[in-house]
Amino acid sequence: MYEFAYQKPSSLADAAAVLAADADAKALAGGQTFIPVLKQRLNHPTTVVDLGKLGLTGITVAGGTVTIGAMTTHAAVAASAEVKAAIPALAALAGGIGDNQVRNRGTIGGSLANNDPSACYPSAVLALGATIKTNKREIAADDYFQGMFTTALEPGEIITAVSFPAPGKAAYVKFKNPASRYAMVGVFVAKGPKGVRVAVTGAGQGGVFRHTAAEQALAANWSPAALENVTIPADGLNSDIHASADYRAHLIGVVTRRAVAAS
Amino acid sequence: MPQVTLTVNGKSASVEVEGRTLLVELLRDKLGLTGTHVGCDTSQCGACVVHVDGNSVKSCTMLAVQADGAAITTIEGLAKADGTLHPMQEMFREHHALQCGFCTPGMVMSAIDLVAKNPQGLTEEEIRHGLEGNLCRCTGYHNIVKAIAAAQPLMHAKAAE
Amino acid sequence: MNAPFEGIGASVRRKEDLRFISGRGNYTDDINRPGQLHAVIKRSDRPHARIVSIDTAAAKASPGVVAVFTGADLAGIGGLPCGWQIHSKDGSPMVEPKHPVLAEGKVRHVGDPIAVVIADTKQQARDAAEKLDIVLDDLPAVALVTDAVKPGAALVHDEAAGNQCYDWHLGDKEGMEAAFAKAAKVVTLDLVNNRLIPNAMEPRCALGDYDQYSGDYTLYTTSQNPHVIRLLMGAFVLGIPEHRLRVVAPDVGGGFGSKIYHYAEEAIVTWAAGQLKRPVKWTADRTESFMSDAHGRDHVSTAQMALDAEGNFLALKVHTLCNMGAYLSTFAPAVPTYLYATLLAGTYKTPVIYVEVKAVFTNTVPVDAYRGAGRPEATFLLERLVDTICHDTGADPVAIRRRNFIPRDAFPYQTPVALQYDSGDYFATLEAAMKAADWNGFPSRRAAAKAVGKLRGIGMSTYLEACGIAPSKVVGSLGARAGLYEVANVRVHPTGSVTVFTGTHSHGQGHETTMAQLVTDQLGVPFSQVDIVHGDTSKIPFGMGTYGSRSLAVGGSAMVKAMDKIITKGKKIAAHLLEASVDDIEFKDGKFTVAGTDKSKTLSEIALTAYVPHNYPIEEIEPGLDETAFYDPANFTFPGGCHICEVEIDPETGVTRIVQFVAVDDVGRVVNPMIVEGQVQGGVAQGIGQALLESAVYDANAQLLSGSMMDYTMPRADDLPNFSVATENTMCTHNPLGSKGCGEVGAIGSPPAVINAVVNALKDYGVRHIDMPASPQKIWSIIQSGHRAAAE
Repeated sequence: MYEFAYQKPSSLADAAAVLAADADAKALAGGQTFIPVLKQRLNHPTTVVDLGKLGLTGITVAGGTVTIGAMTTHAAVAASAEVKAAIPALAALAGGIGDNQVRNRGTIGGSLANNDPSACYPSAVLALGATIKTNKREIAADDYFQGMFTTALEPGEIITAVSFPAPGKAAYVKFKNPASRYAMVGVFVAKGPKGVRVAVTGAGQGGVFRHTAAEQALAANWSPAALENVTIPADGLNSDIHASADYRAHLIGVVTRRAVAAS
Repeated sequence: MPQVTLTVNGKSASVEVEGRTLLVELLRDKLGLTGTHVGCDTSQCGACVVHVDGNSVKSCTMLAVQADGAAITTIEGLAKADGTLHPMQEMFREHHALQCGFCTPGMVMSAIDLVAKNPQGLTEEEIRHGLEGNLCRCTGYHNIVKAIAAAQPLMHAKAAE
Repeated sequence: MNAPFEGIGASVRRKEDLRFISGRGNYTDDINRPGQLHAVIKRSDRPHARIVSIDTAAAKASPGVVAVFTGADLAGIGGLPCGWQIHSKDGSPMVEPKHPVLAEGKVRHVGDPIAVVIADTKQQARDAAEKLDIVLDDLPAVALVTDAVKPGAALVHDEAAGNQCYDWHLGDKEGMEAAFAKAAKVVTLDLVNNRLIPNAMEPRCALGDYDQYSGDYTLYTTSQNPHVIRLLMGAFVLGIPEHRLRVVAPDVGGGFGSKIYHYAEEAIVTWAAGQLKRPVKWTADRTESFMSDAHGRDHVSTAQMALDAEGNFLALKVHTLCNMGAYLSTFAPAVPTYLYATLLAGTYKTPVIYVEVKAVFTNTVPVDAYRGAGRPEATFLLERLVDTICHDTGADPVAIRRRNFIPRDAFPYQTPVALQYDSGDYFATLEAAMKAADWNGFPSRRAAAKAVGKLRGIGMSTYLEACGIAPSKVVGSLGARAGLYEVANVRVHPTGSVTVFTGTHSHGQGHETTMAQLVTDQLGVPFSQVDIVHGDTSKIPFGMGTYGSRSLAVGGSAMVKAMDKIITKGKKIAAHLLEASVDDIEFKDGKFTVAGTDKSKTLSEIALTAYVPHNYPIEEIEPGLDETAFYDPANFTFPGGCHICEVEIDPETGVTRIVQFVAVDDVGRVVNPMIVEGQVQGGVAQGIGQALLESAVYDANAQLLSGSMMDYTMPRADDLPNFSVATENTMCTHNPLGSKGCGEVGAIGSPPAVINAVVNALKDYGVRHIDMPASPQKIWSIIQSGHRAAAE
């Protein structure tokens, strides 16, 4: 790690001010991706702004909407009786991120701000049509993800919470990279107030994306059988030593069917 | 340099660190608690797992400054003052769940959290899944899984006391 | 109440565990010396390049930096030596290029050390290492052996034409050709033994210390064999006389072979401590381990078996290209020759065998022994070839093995590839494993799996291996530059407790327990009264350390010899005290007794007399009860056995799940069954890792793609099944314990059992062979091409 200054502000305004004033100041949430990046010296922040004292934790359910504070850990989401009741697929997704230790530190806000192309949460946000709430505004999921490690967040903008409308049906199935255990292909399927939406993570070169062909097929008939003839082109999918783009394209089909079957 | 004040194995400590100092570096280098190990640099192996406010955490993936005010338990803090071992430690020895011993502290700390958070009891498959964050190169995990399964009733009985 | 049985055969709980489960182990990185500095190695990120210039000025000026050294600073010291010399077919010695401690002139693999930065803290050293200004001029690079032998391939060393290290052979070429000429059938198989990265959980670490007032150097290091390191580094690299160099290998967190070798960092910290008059520590980051620990395996082979019409093996012909990496690691040349080619008879009575092995330099991390070392490669080749014969001829895998097994009554059995097996019963391990695995009930399980859309397969491996490499005289004639004996010093203290100083080293194997059981068994001393000391050249006699599953068979035998000396001397003392003839003294259960009487003296009494020799035959024997024995075995030991694997494949994803794994091994005399089972389980896990998960992947430009645990698949708990492990033992006939070794059988026997099961599961897709690792992607591709073939 490079040396950096460390600050732990106790108000959102102070945190935002530090981050806005210095493009090389970086926010620290759970740190489960950011700290490994710092250890590899792939990022050299002047100041690390710890968001741990801003009180951005907690889960509320009201009017069919689940709102999760940005600093809520994956473990808390996975264990939440409210989330399990309202959107069981979301609790299950959170309970499958990384491992127990990662889930005890990692946060939903950190995951979404980082937008790792193989992270799990972006698929839920996109498929459920969630709303990202920040210190400045609310951002619709469809506007938020802008390519891998790229989001609509502006300098000094901090995620405060994420609101998920509860769907009628939803499920998340992940095919893990055998080494890293990140999603090699993760598919979140949902049928709810925002319609039928299918979001794929881990597979796309540009990060999470919607699988529109599957959405159309499922809108007509919500069943695995409806997906039998739905394929996805390998163009634009990632290729690495564990999975070629062709294999990923195939897995998207398998995983999507399994997710619908599980919903 | 930032000052970190924390409780480690029941004793309070106040240490000056760099912002970039990791919790594991604080434990090993500043407090001499070398039972917590570093086996990788990508947060995968789990040799560094400790408990922070009761939750298992990879101490190589947490800044020391983030632990300010926290209560930390390391492998050295598990046994009672009279030397009585924690049931998980006992079962690791009883079931030959360790060979070289390097992954053992992290494995034991993870296992304790896993069992404590699942009072309903875990199947063998659930235990294996629950160890996703810990690597062992010696045992093939067979005896680790056996040890954790055997520790479950002992830990739950103790918790019920 | 009787004392619990703690001798040979008892599953005694381990002595070493209390410190490990309490976080009180003492690993190298746990040791810190006053005034200690920290070293960071700057490594090449290029696979092959000429070093144009290195400017260290900015690094030296960086805060906290004490020194920066490059290859030019180390010009006066030797290269890292190689411990085994192979001669090619034509009689010429292998090409043995210098392996500099820090790169000289060129870098030859990603990870090749270029410079060392030494600072007050590790972070300062890292900060400074980034300020080194190193100009490299890229050269063409080569990673695969098959590319490296092509005409016009990039040359790793100017002196190694065609990148050849040696071109060696073994066996009867004419006999092989004659047998092939008259064969009813020849089955050919091309196969790859995938390159692996050992990844012991403890990263390597070295701490050098120097006392300028005595001139003594101390190296604390993560080693499996501290005396070997002292000899190689002291004599060949740094020129430090042995009485001035102490090497300590304290608790070591796993080795699997990767910590046998003398590594550059050991020499760097020791030398730098002498230069700077301060202790210097280096600890590898895991990512650094991936590019600096010796890798394993990496063979490309063609195997051919000639058969008669009944399925008898007539002759075996093997051609193997093996990857040495960019430099010769300590024992690298021996692995694909004397630990591989000599094993190609396996459990079979194949009368004629001819093997050619070509060792090749590439721009990759050096390759050396990794758990099994040569024997897994031989076993994979042979056991895959046998199943391929079944595939091609329709033979039954059990029947063809039984037909060709070396018969029970044929021992000692001389193979056509130099080894003479002393004992074994391959029928017994096969039968026990088949019974445990319910081999005959498999068809119904396959049908049940098919009904739910899964592909189920079963496979076996009936392997043989060789442990306790020996005798010294023979291996010397074959090119070893070391002796291969072992030593034990057994010290009976005046009140009867015992300390044993062994030349072997435990890094997970539990020697402190197993070896104490030997003392309890032979001398009758309570287990709690025995301590085993290892790993410090200032305490132990000159021993060879631990590798090749040798510690019990060789080191334990040295202990037995030393304890025999204790008993012999004790009898003389007892005869004096009991006023009897020495010939009438019997020793049993810790007591010296006059035969046929109740007159006896305990070992404690004898020991006290030996150290307080008031009433003592001082004219005949010396005081004290402290004996040392060196043991040089007459032969290797030959563990063998049968592993059976059953898998279920999800045809939609290509994911393989192991649903059953049975190992029945013949490891000779078992001292501690619990520890033996643990060793087998761990070995099988690494074998399954090789078969399904692990692979060191280089791209065409020799960049390491699987360079961290994010990319290299380490087996996790949920990748593995429970194991059914048992032994079916025959005794080694030439060592006093009858023990053969159990540390590597799991890693040797299991990979072909897994792949045979995977191929069996995919048989409806026309699959003949699949290289390791049988990853989901690979299996999915095979299923796809099988579907396409069926559709066409």
